[in-house]
Amino acid sequence: MNAGCFLVAQASSLGERVADRSFDFVQAAAEALGVPYNTLLVLATTALLGAVSGVVGCFAVLRRRALVGDALAHAALPGLCVAFLLAGVRSVPVMLLGALASGVVGIGAIVALRRGTRIKEDAAIGIVLSVFFGAGIVLSSWIQNSTATGNKAGLDSYILGKTSGIAAGDLVVVAVACLACIALVALAFKEFRLVTFDAPFARAQGWPVAVVDFGLLAMIAIVVVIGLPTVGVVLMAALLIIPGAAARFWTERLWAMTLLAAAFGLAVGIVGAAASSRVERLPTGPIIVLVGTLLFLISATSAPRRGAVARWVAARRFARTIAVHRLLCEMFEATTEVASDWRPSEHRLAIAEARRRGYVRPAADGYELTEAGRAAAIDALRDERLWQAVLVEYPELAVGAADPFHASASEVLPPAIIGELTERLRAAGRWPEELRAVAASGGSP
Amino acid sequence: MIAPHDDLRTPHDDLLAPADKPLAPLPARRDPRGDIVLGAVVIALFVLGVWLVARLPAPGLSWWTVAIAATCSSACGLVGCYLVLRKMSLLGDAISHAVLPGIALAFFVSGEITGVPIFLGAMALGVLTTLLTQALRDYGNVPEDTGMGIVYTALFAAGVILVQVGARQVDLDPGCVLYGMLDMAALNTTRVFGVEVPHSIVTLGIALVTTLAFIAALWKELKIASFDAGLATAMGFRAMLIHYLLMAVVAGVTVASFEAVGSILVVAMLIVPGATAHLLTDRLGWMLAWSVVVSLLSALFGYALSRWLNVNVAGTMAVVAGTQFALAVFLAPRHGLLVKWLASVRLSLRIVGEDVVARLYRHEEAATGAAFDATQGGDGEPQSVWQRWRRSWAIASLVNSGLVRRAADGTLLLTAAGRQVGRSIVRAHRLWESYLERHFELPLDHVHEPAERIEHYLGPELQTQLAEQLAEPEQDPHGRAIPPS
Amino acid sequence: MSVLDIHDMTVAYHRRPVLWDVDLVLEEPRLVGVLGPNGAGKSTLVKAVLGLAPMAHGTVRVFGEPVERVRKRIGYVPQRESVDWDFPVSVLDVVLMGTYGRLGWCRRPGPRERQLARECLAKVGMEDFERRQIGQLSGGQQQRTFLARALAQQADLYFMDEPMAGVDAATEHAIFTLLGELRKAGKTVVVVHHDLRTVEQYFDYVVLLNMRVVAAGPTNGAFTADTLRRTYGGRLSMLEAVGDAVEARERA
Repeated sequence: MNAGCFLVAQASSLGERVADRSFDFVQAAAEALGVPYNTLLVLATTALLGAVSGVVGCFAVLRRRALVGDALAHAALPGLCVAFLLAGVRSVPVMLLGALASGVVGIGAIVALRRGTRIKEDAAIGIVLSVFFGAGIVLSSWIQNSTATGNKAGLDSYILGKTSGIAAGDLVVVAVACLACIALVALAFKEFRLVTFDAPFARAQGWPVAVVDFGLLAMIAIVVVIGLPTVGVVLMAALLIIPGAAARFWTERLWAMTLLAAAFGLAVGIVGAAASSRVERLPTGPIIVLVGTLLFLISATSAPRRGAVARWVAARRFARTIAVHRLLCEMFEATTEVASDWRPSEHRLAIAEARRRGYVRPAADGYELTEAGRAAAIDALRDERLWQAVLVEYPELAVGAADPFHASASEVLPPAIIGELTERLRAAGRWPEELRAVAASGGSP
Repeated sequence: MIAPHDDLRTPHDDLLAPADKPLAPLPARRDPRGDIVLGAVVIALFVLGVWLVARLPAPGLSWWTVAIAATCSSACGLVGCYLVLRKMSLLGDAISHAVLPGIALAFFVSGEITGVPIFLGAMALGVLTTLLTQALRDYGNVPEDTGMGIVYTALFAAGVILVQVGARQVDLDPGCVLYGMLDMAALNTTRVFGVEVPHSIVTLGIALVTTLAFIAALWKELKIASFDAGLATAMGFRAMLIHYLLMAVVAGVTVASFEAVGSILVVAMLIVPGATAHLLTDRLGWMLAWSVVVSLLSALFGYALSRWLNVNVAGTMAVVAGTQFALAVFLAPRHGLLVKWLASVRLSLRIVGEDVVARLYRHEEAATGAAFDATQGGDGEPQSVWQRWRRSWAIASLVNSGLVRRAADGTLLLTAAGRQVGRSIVRAHRLWESYLERHFELPLDHVHEPAERIEHYLGPELQTQLAEQLAEPEQDPHGRAIPPS
Repeated sequence: MSVLDIHDMTVAYHRRPVLWDVDLVLEEPRLVGVLGPNGAGKSTLVKAVLGLAPMAHGTVRVFGEPVERVRKRIGYVPQRESVDWDFPVSVLDVVLMGTYGRLGWCRRPGPRERQLARECLAKVGMEDFERRQIGQLSGGQQQRTFLARALAQQADLYFMDEPMAGVDAATEHAIFTLLGELRKAGKTVVVVHHDLRTVEQYFDYVVLLNMRVVAAGPTNGAFTADTLRRTYGGRLSMLEAVGDAVEARERA
């Protein structure tokens, strides 16, 4: 107990000394930039915090650890309170150490529950999150009601976050943690990529997956803990998730996603802090989260390729192409080999689209193919029949590779096989280009 | 007709089982002693809780407060059982956060935090959270946990801002919104049938009755949809419809509980009782009942603790519920860690004891007449303190049960009963070696170790079956005689 | 009126086709084995028929009606992996679930349903286990329980998704004896199966599937070395052995 107190005292005095130095530094910087001291301090802190959350959050999201940050943040609250009780004064580094300790205990409890009992992971997270948070609320209300220094603890501000209390020392803590995490990610980028992409493969290759996972967890813990004073316990998870999830929409490359998430985090931090400083009484956490959500929504809807709008357009185009292909094939077959009974009523939308593309025109008794339509129909039918032949003759190539809606068989499969199948179809009289001769000599469609 | 097939593990399963995990034999009948002790403990706790609350100052008010807390946590606990079973605990968490903006908006409109519009608004938001998460997953390719994290934090953030903005004009304390105001809830009364009762108990009572009615009416639908959603849909019960109904009920209960325990800690009341109950029983009905017991105890002790320490009630209720959960994890009658640990210790003692008997039997069989120290390990490997302790414990219990006796010089000798046991084990061992050699074509130096493990699980019936399959062999692959049964 | 009529069914996950223009008609009661390599869409076929996987295209009719109207006449045994074995239900509870479909919304199973469930349990030799929690059973016993549940559905058309996965030989044989009895009683049973060695012994109709139906028909006509090769390709040496065996039988 004595040793503990001694360590705590040492840490807090060290924290004070560092805080004094950094105070001078920030003041100098503020004068040089011509910005008020407090504003610079707050903006720098939230910006750094956002950036590092973005970087770490990328991996958390990809490794399906999004809600671990949430559990950790909630589980940190009792540690904050206990650390305050031990130290007796509000000392940010000491309280953050306490938060880290109880957060880690919480994560350990989740893992132990999942492995050792019939409790599933979701319930384990929920239980740890809510019970630890409840304990934190009990401790904090006890501190406020029963101890003389209680109301100075500012424990309330840890729940929803507050920027006004940020001191120069906090900036130092955030900056150090930020540098450490970014350095770790930069150094072990390859390992993180491998483990987040395919952990079983990484394990089989002899990479220490557990160590990498632990490193990721440690980074999440550090980011969550340094974010608590600013964003608050309840919403810390959002800061961790949002930049990474938003960046995912814009790029398919991990390094680009990481950089973009850092930039998003930075922007969200600055904009959120600036907005909340304009309006009195508004806690910072919710504002930052709402700014982030806005960014996420913009990304989710309007990002090229992966955004919802782009995907919807692509899906519609795809569905139409399929429908038109089927229409063309059926019309072509109807004019050539079999009297297949294609009914215009089943293809109304496809006919409209095919007319727009110039494949089909009205005829006396309904519709007929144009020259372009005939060519397109031959292409489509050839592909369809090639794929069918592949499925029948080379099933081992088909499963996994067969993608009849997307790629033409002649592009995907080796030419030798295509040649052989072509001959077979010719011999069976099912090769579309030779059907044309029949159609042409057969007179009017 | 299919013949009864009672071998719980086929020999092949055992062959593949890892060596360090002997398969625990299943109890033929459920052992009721654990449940009886548990029931007694719970009754004692109830009495203690009631006594504690009764000793508090102003007991009349205390009872109303406890009643509110108990109604609230029971409703949450009941509906939470299904969240736990459907592995949707976190969706419950998300919904309880996400209804906040609905509550705030409705409050600005109507000026009070109870009433039909608020319930409808909150239920809509609850379903909306589910829908939004699913939409993000289906249309945005966002993983479910990530989507949930974004949806509920965003809605909660919006709610907090609404409350903070609104708190300027109207009397809505952010603290109460987040942590509840159970202490005050008993003061705000209305007259129902001429009796002065707290307003919240009416709301919460309706919520509890609705939950009970929901579960009773859709008992089998909820059961089948939770157990196997695919089967439910295939049988014509739309699993998605049941899912949304459940989420609406969760949202409704959350809102009703909100005045008592606030919007953050309601999740503890939702998940912890259900999870605790799942550790205590293997029947759905009992699980619901246990969740109510856990909820009631949380309310009693949570309230007493909060008065005693002068702290927030919702927090102490969460802590008490968490304590009960931790106790259940360790001490639950069938699924507790303690019981599992004891069973594995007992099993390993039995195995060590049987090994000693078997070695004594083999020694007798060899009939060298030399003194034989069965207290040493089988292959002369160095033994840890734990292994030596376990061995001497096992030998003591063998002596105790009359299978083995100590000679005057301290060496161990088999009794007649012990010889019988030893013969059975050695027979099982050699039969299994023969079986492995015959059917798996294992080399001779590979058959001893699996047999060493399996011999403890081959009862007389399986031995007979094996012997029949092997056409009553007389010798094992090593050329040693297989003793008759 | 055909038992099952699948017309031009296409199922795609993420725009990638899993089943492609599948046509299949079962005219009369059969014991049907659905066979094909991994990823050929066997389970998907069953799920799509039951409406559990979205069809991109095509129609399914059962007894001449859309599936929604005849759900009560369809029984289903899902894959065992999809089940949470810690779920607090007893063996009898699970079998009783089979009667839910006939009861409809809100009505509870009564003594008659219990009686039926016990009879079904007895048919699979599990009557002594009705109070066990399902997690406390061996793999074979779990599968027997699920079979009893399907029996309790009293359906006319059954779909079973890999009922033989992870069961012992005794249970497998027992299950097929029972399926044979169902077949004799005029029911149709569609079984997704993976063990080619037992096909001829168990099924009187096979569907060889590889994204499309490669072959479908009575076992002695459709289960040939040639159709097997066209379904599985040349990738399994075990298959060649089976193919040889089939060919040898054809010659004899």
